[in-house]
Amino acid sequence: MTLADAKYQYLLRMGDNALILGHRLSEWCGHGPILEQDIAITNIALDQVGQARSLLQYAAQLEGKGRTEDNLAYKRDVMEYRNVLLVEQPNENFAYTIVRQFLFDAFNFLLHKSLVNSKDEHLKAIAEKSLKEITYHLRYSSEWMIRLGDGTAESHQKIQTALDDLFIYTGELLTPDAVDQTIFEAGIGPDLTALQAPYQAKIDEILQQATLQKPEVKYMQSGGKDGRMHTEYLGYILAELQFVQRAYPNMEW
Amino acid sequence: MSEKKNWPLWEIFIRSKNGLNHKHVGSLHAADAEMAIENARDVYTRRMEGISIWVVESEHITASSPNQSESLFDPANDKVYRHPTFYNLPDEVKHM
Amino acid sequence: MKAPADYAHLEDQFQARIDAEEKIEPKDWMPDKYRKTLIRQISQHAHSEIVGMLPEGNWVTRAPSLRRKVALLAKVQDEAGHGLYLYGAAETLGAERDDLLDELHTGNAKYSSIFNYPTLSWADIGAIGWLVDGAAIMNQVPLCRCSYGPYARAMVRVCKEESFHQRQGYEIMLTLARGTEAQKKMAQDALNRWWWPSLMMFGPNDAESKHTAQSMAWKIKRFTNDELRQRFVDITAPQAEFIGLTIPDEHLKYNEETGHYDFGPINWDEFWQVVSGEGPCNRQRLKARRRAHEEGQWVRDAALAHAEKRRQRQAAKKDQKVA
Repeated sequence: MTLADAKYQYLLRMGDNALILGHRLSEWCGHGPILEQDIAITNIALDQVGQARSLLQYAAQLEGKGRTEDNLAYKRDVMEYRNVLLVEQPNENFAYTIVRQFLFDAFNFLLHKSLVNSKDEHLKAIAEKSLKEITYHLRYSSEWMIRLGDGTAESHQKIQTALDDLFIYTGELLTPDAVDQTIFEAGIGPDLTALQAPYQAKIDEILQQATLQKPEVKYMQSGGKDGRMHTEYLGYILAELQFVQRAYPNMEW
Repeated sequence: MSEKKNWPLWEIFIRSKNGLNHKHVGSLHAADAEMAIENARDVYTRRMEGISIWVVESEHITASSPNQSESLFDPANDKVYRHPTFYNLPDEVKHM
Repeated sequence: MKAPADYAHLEDQFQARIDAEEKIEPKDWMPDKYRKTLIRQISQHAHSEIVGMLPEGNWVTRAPSLRRKVALLAKVQDEAGHGLYLYGAAETLGAERDDLLDELHTGNAKYSSIFNYPTLSWADIGAIGWLVDGAAIMNQVPLCRCSYGPYARAMVRVCKEESFHQRQGYEIMLTLARGTEAQKKMAQDALNRWWWPSLMMFGPNDAESKHTAQSMAWKIKRFTNDELRQRFVDITAPQAEFIGLTIPDEHLKYNEETGHYDFGPINWDEFWQVVSGEGPCNRQRLKARRRAHEEGQWVRDAALAHAEKRRQRQAAKKDQKVA
């Protein structure tokens, strides 16, 4: 694998993660549990889609085929998407949304903390801006993990269920493959294996405060970031996201 | 818990930049003080309106009553000697 | 309880303050009817903001570019914010947000009937921004000078933030109108469906409007429904012409004598039908609002329960230290 290929893949992964998670969060807009939280979730959605734009713009530039952020977002099908499986999982209820966010934020925070030292100046600049946002996201989702875990019996049960369901998607976040390895060796991104311990520590810290049990997982699900596999949910996300561009191709909007 | 309980109301004060006072901007609901600050950040500083936030639970604010406003505030009306223009000095005196 | 003579005296004083353009603040004496009128109007206004999130939110996940997606998302979020400011203003009058929401959810409270129409194409998002926000701004700018301080201040904030909404909508329409035939058709179709409901947004004709006279005297309202509607038509007609779209009114014509546009009769039967709950989307809108509120209950309860637990733990810690 050439470094150029790896870089393009790496940016796609990051961009797709931000885009798909932002899309999921944007589904809450107008339906939040209280007006104040409707606004809060939408703020995170806006951060994520904003990050997605910067990342996909850079990915398109690296690819060098004249594509744009929108070409990448609106014209790739499921098997060309490189987001991790976690972010495409449905909102279900507020508990699933918070668990998904927390499990992702804890990873994303560690990732960006390394990326601000990236040897790639462009990625470094994006990461510096995003890290501030992600720091806030992690604080927000951690606090809600604790509130719901250590809230009422009903909320405790709901968030434990969500955690049990979603934990199987955390494996691929920090399992490096050839792309991650090439990026690491070039000094562009972190050694993912080195982030595993701090990730688990963060999870343990918050679960303990939230009085939640860490699920025991025999088999982790993976395949999203390397493009081997997605869950069925992604197809429906893309059907919505891409509807206008697919129904009316090659137009300016 | 049969009685319906809602998140309490908080009054929000924002400092728009250093050098200025915190100013009342409105209210919102939150379960606790930390959440009130975060909600205030999301609700009242989306367009870079602030750099510092105070939150106070509304029920902890004691306000003067409009019924007393005559006795509270009118007596200040005739205390003109508190203002510099009360004192006559010759124009030749500078810097005073 | 004040004697009737006292009450009349207070009312005269109150009106004198209003006439002198003094603002009324929450703890000031005010006639019960003034308070009730304001709570009704402000809460209706707040409900309109949050119900208004639904038709536009309907396209957040389908916005045709990432630039459009963030702009629409930010706009719909602003509406949540505006609802929040307005509920806050109503709460200064002694109303509770939760009670006001109950009124909405049970169908007893009104909200702007325009949001009971469906958004069927992307162009509808343009039409709403251009026409519906345009009409709303027309209504809202005078409210910045409303006699009730907290309402006026909330409206100043709302108007400041809304300034981008209409531009966003018009830009969408402009892009479509300059696009392909299919896009032009989409834009014209949206204008056809949203034009008349937009004119209805200003409410019944002055002769039919039961609240107008009193609200004008109290300076809650500064212009009549018909005055605002005329101003809207005068401003919007040339904007439609500029992008080459046709307003669906064969009577629409500039009148040299009056300096205003004449326009055709509004279908008030349709207006009252929608207001009474029988518009195309009334049921879906209320159902969506009710569901969000009901499904949010356990979340709100949990946050409150957790806050209480933390308070108790902190108190216990303090007690230990004292002991």
